[in-house]
Amino acid sequence: MRMTKRTDMTTKKAVFIRTSAIILALLVSAIFILLLGHNPLDVYVSMIDGAFGSAYRIKDTLTISIPLIVTSIGILIAFKMKFWNIGAEGQILMGAFVASFIALNFIELPKLLLLPLMFVGGFIGGGLWALIPAVLKVRFDTNETIITLMMNYIAIKWITFLQYGPWRDPKSMGFPKIANFTDNAILPKVFGIHAGWIIAIAIIIVVTIFMNRSKRGYEITVVGESVDTARYAGMNVKKIIITSLFVSGGICGIVGMMEASAVNQTLTSQLSAGYGYTAIITTWLSGLKSIVVLPVSILFAAMIKGGSFIQTAYQIPQSAAKVLQSMILFFVIGSEFFVQYKIVFTNQINKLVKEVKQ
Amino acid sequence: MKKSSVLWTIVICLLLIFAKIFMGTSFLVAVVIAGTPLLFATLGELITERAGNLNLGVEGMMLIGAVAGFGAGFITKNPIMAIIGAVIAGALAALIYGFLTITLRANQVVSGLALTIFGTGLSSYLGTNFIGQKMPENVIAFYDPIQIPLLSKIPVIGQVFFVQDIFVYFGYIMAIVLGIYLFHTKTGLNLRAVGENPSAADASGININLYKYVHILIGGALCGLGGAYLAVVEVPQWQENITAGRGWIAIALVIFCKWNPYKATIGAYLFGGLSIIGFRLQHLNISQNLLDMLPYLITIIVLVISSMKKSKENSPPKGLSVPYFREER
Repeated sequence: MRMTKRTDMTTKKAVFIRTSAIILALLVSAIFILLLGHNPLDVYVSMIDGAFGSAYRIKDTLTISIPLIVTSIGILIAFKMKFWNIGAEGQILMGAFVASFIALNFIELPKLLLLPLMFVGGFIGGGLWALIPAVLKVRFDTNETIITLMMNYIAIKWITFLQYGPWRDPKSMGFPKIANFTDNAILPKVFGIHAGWIIAIAIIIVVTIFMNRSKRGYEITVVGESVDTARYAGMNVKKIIITSLFVSGGICGIVGMMEASAVNQTLTSQLSAGYGYTAIITTWLSGLKSIVVLPVSILFAAMIKGGSFIQTAYQIPQSAAKVLQSMILFFVIGSEFFVQYKIVFTNQINKLVKEVKQ
Repeated sequence: MKKSSVLWTIVICLLLIFAKIFMGTSFLVAVVIAGTPLLFATLGELITERAGNLNLGVEGMMLIGAVAGFGAGFITKNPIMAIIGAVIAGALAALIYGFLTITLRANQVVSGLALTIFGTGLSSYLGTNFIGQKMPENVIAFYDPIQIPLLSKIPVIGQVFFVQDIFVYFGYIMAIVLGIYLFHTKTGLNLRAVGENPSAADASGININLYKYVHILIGGALCGLGGAYLAVVEVPQWQENITAGRGWIAIALVIFCKWNPYKATIGAYLFGGLSIIGFRLQHLNISQNLLDMLPYLITIIVLVISSMKKSKENSPPKGLSVPYFREER
């Protein structure tokens, strides 16, 4: 048996292989659920029911999918360059921090001015936070994975510090929370879901065009394929990495602004809710294609919503959904092998087998 | 002795003296305890990276080891079972990573990240029933400090390093054993060859995949032990996300200690100290939340400094995170 590189892979076949991987992941997880003494079919059905069973639940699922979509798009730009930005969690929080600073300090501004200001603030907050690992990477070649992750913890501690200290709401009767936003700092609802969905769709469109049609988008792809090629072609690799990371972190920062404004209506250290980590999975599963991010993120939002539903229905902990998500990730990562290689049984092996049989 | 090691020794002695004067011996004892999970995880990642694989799943493997160790200890009430459980669980978690990256040739960074996400989910899932539960008394008693005769009589050092639990001693032994293994045995030499130049190692008849698998599994087992130390001995109570980023600090420590197991001890105890210094500085009236940033902040600073001075000795194994497929040479 030996492996050879495939040359005959079509998109159809690749999609088939990846879909089979997801189904296989669901089957393996089913065994896991069975071992816990539950009927996997019941669990899956009630997960779907929990995520899409009523108009209210669908709205909830879509509301969860908004931060996932936008964060995935942000991460995607960095991942395209093989810059492993796993600091989305921190970038979301720092975006939320700047947006909240504006929301809490410019209460008199009209909504039409305040919201765009918070939006820009969120972008800059997340962007600057991502700029630090980017600069360290191009200056000193530090490992960006560790730096971005360490910065997540620093961001969480920073927000917690504000929440317990200088920003604590004096009207909250000693409860460590930051004051609620005023009405003019809250994103309006459009068709029952906060306006973040319009922002999400706009970001998908802009980034898709940017990645596929613009010069910088092309440069990002080249840097990801090979830094040497990019240099040889005369590209300014350092500048590309730094500006793209600013945009990558900025987009994650927008998530912070939306979550603070529309979902929490204040700033809390729990605001990012693990979206920064889940988005790593969704970005990778989407094959780094911005359009594919949309269905994958909705699927994962459904798993999060369905996961919290089975917690009440079956007393299965919500984290079971996380196990399911990572199981899917494992199988899709593994399935990539079958997209790229095929296994060839050489005649020699067949001969040997025959001899053994005789 | 080299100039740098003399310098290091002086710095460490000064640190020890300062810590002893300002914080007291009990602080130093706590530093060694806090550094032990980091030491195990650092050694685990070190041996993995020596085989040319960057496994970013340390945090995940530690969490899986922690929940398995706690679960095994809690259910069987047997301290040895806690260790065995953690070792097996850590190695099994590493097996997923090994299978993906070696056999299925997947991207090492993504596979490692996936393992961390999986470990976080699995440990919080399996740990749901353990939340707030304490380790049985007999298990805790098993890990009470043991005095080492003679060595514990050395002033300060004896109390700090040689009146500890057996896990801590096992950490010392592990660092020394791995050091001897890497630098003074034939298999250790082969391992380094696999990490530095897999095609040359392959040509000389070394079974690359076998070496990678074995050391990734050993690495996972050590990370599992690190997690178990937290859950079974240091805390000894179950908390969700008990590792709180220690796995990532361990990955940074591998760079800090230049892939050298002996130096890993220095890094681990240094960061162990940083992680608990916050509690001890409360009287300074600095917010606990700001002090809690210290270990993460200093990890970044240390990482930047160790990346700044690139030399032959400082650099990672040349084959690190470069996948090796014989057919594609």
